[in-house]
Amino acid sequence: MEDIGNLMHGFAVALTWKNLLFMFVGILLGVLIGVLPGLGGANGVAILLPLTFTMPPTSAIIMLSCIYWGALFGGAITSILFNIPGEPWSVATTFDGYPMAQKGRAGEALTAAFTSSFVGAFFAIVLITFLAPLVAKFALKFGPPEYFAIQLLTFCSFVGMGREPPVKTIAAMMIGFALAAVGIDTVTGTLRMTYGMPALLQGFDFLVAVIGLFGLGEIFLTMEEGLSFKGKSGRIDPKIVWKTWKELPRYWATSLRACLVGCWMGITPGGATPASFMSYGMARRFAKNRDKFGEGEIEGVVAPETAAHAAGTSALLPMLTLGIPGSPTAAVLLGGLLIWGLQPGPLLFVEKKDFVWGLIASMYLGNIVGLIVVLTTVPWWAAILRIPFAIIAPVIVVICAIGAYTVHNNMFDVVMMVVFGVIGYVFKKLKYPLAPFVLALVLGDMAETSFRQSMLLSGGNMGIFWSNPLVGSIVTLALVILCWPLVGKLRSRGGGGGTPAPKEA
Amino acid sequence: MVFTLRRAFVAAGFAVAVASPFPAFAAWEPTKPVEFVVPAGTGGGADQMARFIQGVVAKNNLMKQPLIVVNKSGGAGAEGFLEVKNAKGDANKIIITLSNLFTTPLATGVPFNWKDLTPVAMLALDEFVLWVNSESPYKTTAEYMTAIRGADAGKFRMAGTGSKQEDQIITVALEKAVGKKMTYIPFKGGGDVAVQLVGKHVDSTVNNPIEAVAHWRAGTLRPLCVFDSAPMAYTAKITATQAWGDIPPCKTQGLAVEYLMLRGIFMAPGVTQEQVNFYIDLFKKVRATPDWKKFTEDGAFKDSFMVGKDFVDWVSQAETIHKQLMQEAGFIAK
Repeated sequence: MEDIGNLMHGFAVALTWKNLLFMFVGILLGVLIGVLPGLGGANGVAILLPLTFTMPPTSAIIMLSCIYWGALFGGAITSILFNIPGEPWSVATTFDGYPMAQKGRAGEALTAAFTSSFVGAFFAIVLITFLAPLVAKFALKFGPPEYFAIQLLTFCSFVGMGREPPVKTIAAMMIGFALAAVGIDTVTGTLRMTYGMPALLQGFDFLVAVIGLFGLGEIFLTMEEGLSFKGKSGRIDPKIVWKTWKELPRYWATSLRACLVGCWMGITPGGATPASFMSYGMARRFAKNRDKFGEGEIEGVVAPETAAHAAGTSALLPMLTLGIPGSPTAAVLLGGLLIWGLQPGPLLFVEKKDFVWGLIASMYLGNIVGLIVVLTTVPWWAAILRIPFAIIAPVIVVICAIGAYTVHNNMFDVVMMVVFGVIGYVFKKLKYPLAPFVLALVLGDMAETSFRQSMLLSGGNMGIFWSNPLVGSIVTLALVILCWPLVGKLRSRGGGGGTPAPKEA
Repeated sequence: MVFTLRRAFVAAGFAVAVASPFPAFAAWEPTKPVEFVVPAGTGGGADQMARFIQGVVAKNNLMKQPLIVVNKSGGAGAEGFLEVKNAKGDANKIIITLSNLFTTPLATGVPFNWKDLTPVAMLALDEFVLWVNSESPYKTTAEYMTAIRGADAGKFRMAGTGSKQEDQIITVALEKAVGKKMTYIPFKGGGDVAVQLVGKHVDSTVNNPIEAVAHWRAGTLRPLCVFDSAPMAYTAKITATQAWGDIPPCKTQGLAVEYLMLRGIFMAPGVTQEQVNFYIDLFKKVRATPDWKKFTEDGAFKDSFMVGKDFVDWVSQAETIHKQLMQEAGFIAK
């Protein structure tokens, strides 16, 4: 096979001492970027991009993509230890990762997160290696109705299964939608709900909200409950990695599902954040011990992490073959490619073989290097929880503030972070779920835009969502998933039940 | 973790340094990192150019202080413009503009105008090309116009970047020339727009050359005409048979629409001529590099450099044209 030959050649390109060194440096920088909330992969790559202009393009892109891997790995650390998602796609990791840490199982959660990240990314790389041209064509099938269908599927696979009363879930989601609507409206180009305040022009950034809701909200709660971390009793065991690994194969089905969801979302390109939410939702739906989710299930860490990484990795494919970035970080990498005189697009694979296969080979190597680097640090990260609360809490607050500031270099965002912190605290006290709120905030804007674009295309006819087999089957699947719990209830009550009919929206 | 925290504190100190206001000096040269504001998101045309300039400046040591690109895309760029407008006398801040310098205040009513800023230089002008899918039957502008005229209003679909911005302005002008409405579908970025056309979800686009060139070379898109008075100056073959210069101007094809987008640099109000001169000089040096030559060639930019009165005259004229076009299209905020 020609691809294998190309890949071997790629390994030869990537496997020089210099490039391996760049990989290590990239991974380390990436982990640090991922740990600092708000700095994020996109900002990190943007800041470091100029440093790489003096390098040969292949080395430069290897280092930058390793920063990207590192950031993906690093995002999980603060999510698990402090309930602060370092990256948007780590939000779903907090749902079970943080309760695990509180129970003294931080080491296990971290190992599970890192290993799943690796599995997801590896799956995606194999897919890229062998299916690149095919997959690129599939991405072209996605117009506005298809995007909306995917976003609908994300909502449906996540909604309607929480333990909270549906009214509270819907209320939380509506607040999220309302906040997502602030700022410029892509479809009409007018400002909405900015009330003449320049600070509101940007709208409410998802990251700022998440840092406040989860990070600060949690600190407020801890302060009320006695100024100490619950997880500090956890023993630090250097063998924790092996112990966790023995347990992980049990979740192969969840992993596989998460890989598929992730790759699909990365390629289309729905992005890593919806992928992680969708995967978590599905894992919970299919799990036997559904009710334990949210209390510290290792499966609840495996599902979102695997999907996020599969998506984050496969997002590079539409970037290389079509020039459309699947994530903000990919967008900055794309800028880098142009500066090196590499033109992403269908011909890149033909004209710049060395570069493309060098990059793909570096994905394999970068991931392996990354896994080794992060796994060896697991006991150290877990040990942070033993530092007294009085020392670590102010540090977390400062890091949160810096994170919120760096999102847009704006002081107003720091104020908003504190406001969101209070909202997070109040939500928890009143037992309103945060997840639907966050999901609506991150996807609301996108879903609204693609819905209205679809309506423009069809002249207001809802039939567009069943206009071809692809969009029709996604929308139907979404509605089936939404109605599934009802069907389950009917079945357990009446015995018979029936298949749910796709209802007209 | 200790290392992490130290990095965080360094980052914090750095951030504060960038944000603090700074008095102007005589015999001038930037004394701290220069903030290069991009009033648009990452990955777009203006962002690419800014990051490219940042790279050239760093690579060739053109400035003692680093140049730092900051995206302020809120409110269709209003956030970035307002920030520079309010940074009176701060010479360590420059902004790259696109057409939203004119369109955003008109469409959203956010209070700023180019006269609130200090004009520095025009770096280049960006061209617009009418594209269709290469599998569509339209080989010439005339054929496409006839097809639009013959169909029901709104049947032909044009994708573009943003709403009430340059792409939609061109679309409205095109509708006027053809005498039939199209359906305009706004997307967030130029790359998305091009891919929507490749996937045949829409009928045409008015992408900038750089946004569509990869697909043109791959044979999936076909250029019909360029919205300029003369053909583009680049004669190197891009596809097997065609160069940028082979695309005919729209007005010779019976479509009398012209539009060029400014890629210019502005500073905050209240800076001295000496400070402006420093940046004019800097950009002259950037333009002299081979990197810049290659960059403008790849993006098929119209390479025109203007400073001082010429630049101000050009900008005032462009503002009048935008006002008129947007008035006619009904895009002005009430």
